[in-house]
Amino acid sequence: MSKRVVITGMGIYSCIGTNLEEVRNSLFEGRSGIVIDKERIQFGFKSPLTGMVPAPDLKAVLSRRQRISMGEESEYAYLATVEALEQAKLREEDILQREMGILYGNDSVSKAVIETTDIVRDKRDTQLIGSGAIFKSMNSTVTMNLATIFGLSGVNMTISAACASGSHAIGMGFMFIQQGLQDLIICGGAQEINPYAMASFDGLGVFATDIDHPEQASRPFDKRRTGLVPSGGAATVILESYESAVKRGAPIVAEVVGYGFSSNGGHISTPNIEGPAKAMRRALVQANLRPQDVTYINAHATSTPLGDANEAKAILEVFGGNPYVSSTKSMTGHECWMAGASEIVYSTLMMQHGFIAPNINLVEPDDDIKELNFVSHAIKQEFDIYLSNSFGFGGTNSALVVKKFNE
Amino acid sequence: MNKVSIYQKINEILVDEFEVDEEVISPAASLKESLDLDSLDYVDLVVIIESNFGVKLVEADFAGMVTFQDFYDVVERKIAAKN
Repeated sequence: MSKRVVITGMGIYSCIGTNLEEVRNSLFEGRSGIVIDKERIQFGFKSPLTGMVPAPDLKAVLSRRQRISMGEESEYAYLATVEALEQAKLREEDILQREMGILYGNDSVSKAVIETTDIVRDKRDTQLIGSGAIFKSMNSTVTMNLATIFGLSGVNMTISAACASGSHAIGMGFMFIQQGLQDLIICGGAQEINPYAMASFDGLGVFATDIDHPEQASRPFDKRRTGLVPSGGAATVILESYESAVKRGAPIVAEVVGYGFSSNGGHISTPNIEGPAKAMRRALVQANLRPQDVTYINAHATSTPLGDANEAKAILEVFGGNPYVSSTKSMTGHECWMAGASEIVYSTLMMQHGFIAPNINLVEPDDDIKELNFVSHAIKQEFDIYLSNSFGFGGTNSALVVKKFNE
Repeated sequence: MNKVSIYQKINEILVDEFEVDEEVISPAASLKESLDLDSLDYVDLVVIIESNFGVKLVEADFAGMVTFQDFYDVVERKIAAKN
């Protein structure tokens, strides 16, 4: 018999707030975290728009040896995880006494790789790179750092699946616990914010162009959308078996009930309708729910013309126009590898506090998707079930269904 | 660069970059034990000495190095040889 999987802790470090309370307020108020990064103009970007987070200072909490192996994505993930562990009431000594795993989404370490290469080009001597570089320059940097810092002894790996990485990481954690292989896993997603990480993406000409109004630049589903705004940070959710959570008296925040996945098998960057629809259907089947049971859909919608339109059509195909739909990327920008995890945190905060965050900047949707029940201003609405979509390059799709916890 | 300024600079690096407690640094103290060095830290010592003094320590330099004084002497010798 499969085990029930609950969320017992959440943590967030994002451009709309660096803790759960700040983020909850930003979501309700529809606050944008998008700014202009002047460095990107010098660097040759077409669009200098980005989400931005404060640079963490971990000197007081981590040793030099620990910090030297961490790039910014690991630092963000560390802070999000500390908050999540605190909410889950898991102290350092509790973690050491049990088997806890980590499955985290990350799909780039551009800054570390480029800075390391620059040193070798300059010095012509690999021995002058330093000891931290190798641990910062691997995609699994977040899981290797956090597993070491927190002394984890369970499953330990990074999930790389483009902009669906964070969502798949939670989906994988769900499966590990459901099947009884683990009782407690740190899941999440992290995303570096720096020009190196986004230059080649900017080069595709898919970033938003409204640089005079940064807070209006990300406008998923709106007719006047011009592209996405990159962003980043980290989000963590602590997944736990129901039995384990009850046994240690942990606060249960929500229950993960479905994980759907699929691959488009088509173009490397152009999304379709069938793939996302299949992932959403699979998530519903696994959750043993009907489309009408889902009250809210947190859309992947990144503010690109075709991506948003195709997702909207997929939602209409599976759900019709009934569920509320919004894309929190209108406020946060596209948090890429982190997005699938952060949007679970955002949506769970909404479910906990009885509101649906707005899809800001949505003035007029495309004509053929108007039937969707878009939320363009925050509404107070109690709800019990939501679905969160995440899609990525290469046609990877993930859909998670989360339910308010009920004995 | 004279002896004293080399010593001072090395101590400054150890305190600032390696977060070593200033009080544990003395010429006769054991370098490895005082700094709690592991194999990775030696890699960083090489980097930091090169970027501050323009000389590169190699594995053989660490072989007979026991005290802080040994460390100062090796760096001092390397700087002298360079000049």
